[in-house]
Amino acid sequence: MTFEERHFWLRRLHSLSGIVPIGGYLAFHLYENYTATRGGEAYNRMVRNLQETPFAIFLEIGIIIVPLLFHGVYGLFVTGTARPNVTSNRYVRNWMYFLQRATGVILFAFVIFHLWTTRLVNIRDHESVDLFRLMQESLQSRWIYAFYIVGILSATFHLANGIWSFSIVWGLTVGPRAQRRMIWVSAAVFLILSFIGIRSIQAFRA
Amino acid sequence: MEVAKDPKTRDGRRTSPVVYDRACLEEVCGSCAMRVNGVARMACTALIDSLAQPVKLEPLAKFPVVRDLSVDRSSMFESLKRVKAWVPIDGTYDLGPGPRMAESERAYAYELSKCITCGNCLEVCPQVNDRSSFMGAAPISQVALFNRHPTGRMLAAERLDALMGEGGLDECGNAQNCVRACPKSIPLTTSIAEMFRATTAHGFRKLFGS
Repeated sequence: MTFEERHFWLRRLHSLSGIVPIGGYLAFHLYENYTATRGGEAYNRMVRNLQETPFAIFLEIGIIIVPLLFHGVYGLFVTGTARPNVTSNRYVRNWMYFLQRATGVILFAFVIFHLWTTRLVNIRDHESVDLFRLMQESLQSRWIYAFYIVGILSATFHLANGIWSFSIVWGLTVGPRAQRRMIWVSAAVFLILSFIGIRSIQAFRA
Repeated sequence: MEVAKDPKTRDGRRTSPVVYDRACLEEVCGSCAMRVNGVARMACTALIDSLAQPVKLEPLAKFPVVRDLSVDRSSMFESLKRVKAWVPIDGTYDLGPGPRMAESERAYAYELSKCITCGNCLEVCPQVNDRSSFMGAAPISQVALFNRHPTGRMLAAERLDALMGEGGLDECGNAQNCVRACPKSIPLTTSIAEMFRATTAHGFRKLFGS
């Protein structure tokens, strides 16, 4: 593979990894966490079930950690080549371009914090920890709660807007009308996932 | 132009005239692009009575300034050479007439051919800057033009190869400012998306076909 093709596939892999598997996992993650609205017992049962999935550790590394690490680190590198100009070009799409990069940087910090506090801090006795109580206690802090709200909305926005640009990058939507129609898909993804995510996080504070 | 005949400083002393590029004065040569009141546009069609006073003129920021408002846009020419933005017809004998083009194709290609290499699309692009080597919308749209041409198409694969490298198509961040800044109303974002589709197919062809 030539240098040109390597660069091309790196960029395309960055685009693809944001949707499959990361976007898919985000949707699943928010969906499963909605169980929190049914109380601690139901939530912990759901967590146990997931932990008993065959090859769980390999799925975690292969579908979550490695793609996230690649998408995040390469994404920061790509963001480093940007000079946003929303003050002189006040168009919606230019704002979306800026927000995509801003939420990406927020998410890099949020995901590290989130992984550290829920997965890595008790890595030795992960199977026996009461995750519902752990979340309840950590979300008592108004700051952590606010960080979670910002993190969830950043993630759902980043995915929804990412679907829009993904469909251009891979050649699905070419014309302006097709791209406008894709905004509806993007908006629906944002609204539905945000609703599920925010309701779930609220359940830990109830 | 009247000002340039008798250039004076603010306190009335004679000085050298402001240097700027211009030729056609009707928005077809592409040389007078500059920032007028902060907006990248062709100076020749920026009519003075429709502008807020005093008018502030600045050179384009994405190109090296030669002097005053005159900038060196040769980076755009380099990009056009890189993507082979021409129809290959040179040879030692007459190749005869090329294939005919459908009228609908010709009409669309004409819109793309209106590009005057003014640089406004690069000026407003957040991905064209000192931190990246992105070529910008204009040369990408030229690939859409020449890959559409029945004879130009003979270099299609080489052009797509050139777009796939660093500083090429995938540096685009889809901010879509270019299509709004283009003085010739060229569907730049459609060209870009069309090239995204073409390079996707080209990439897979190379990955599984070689």
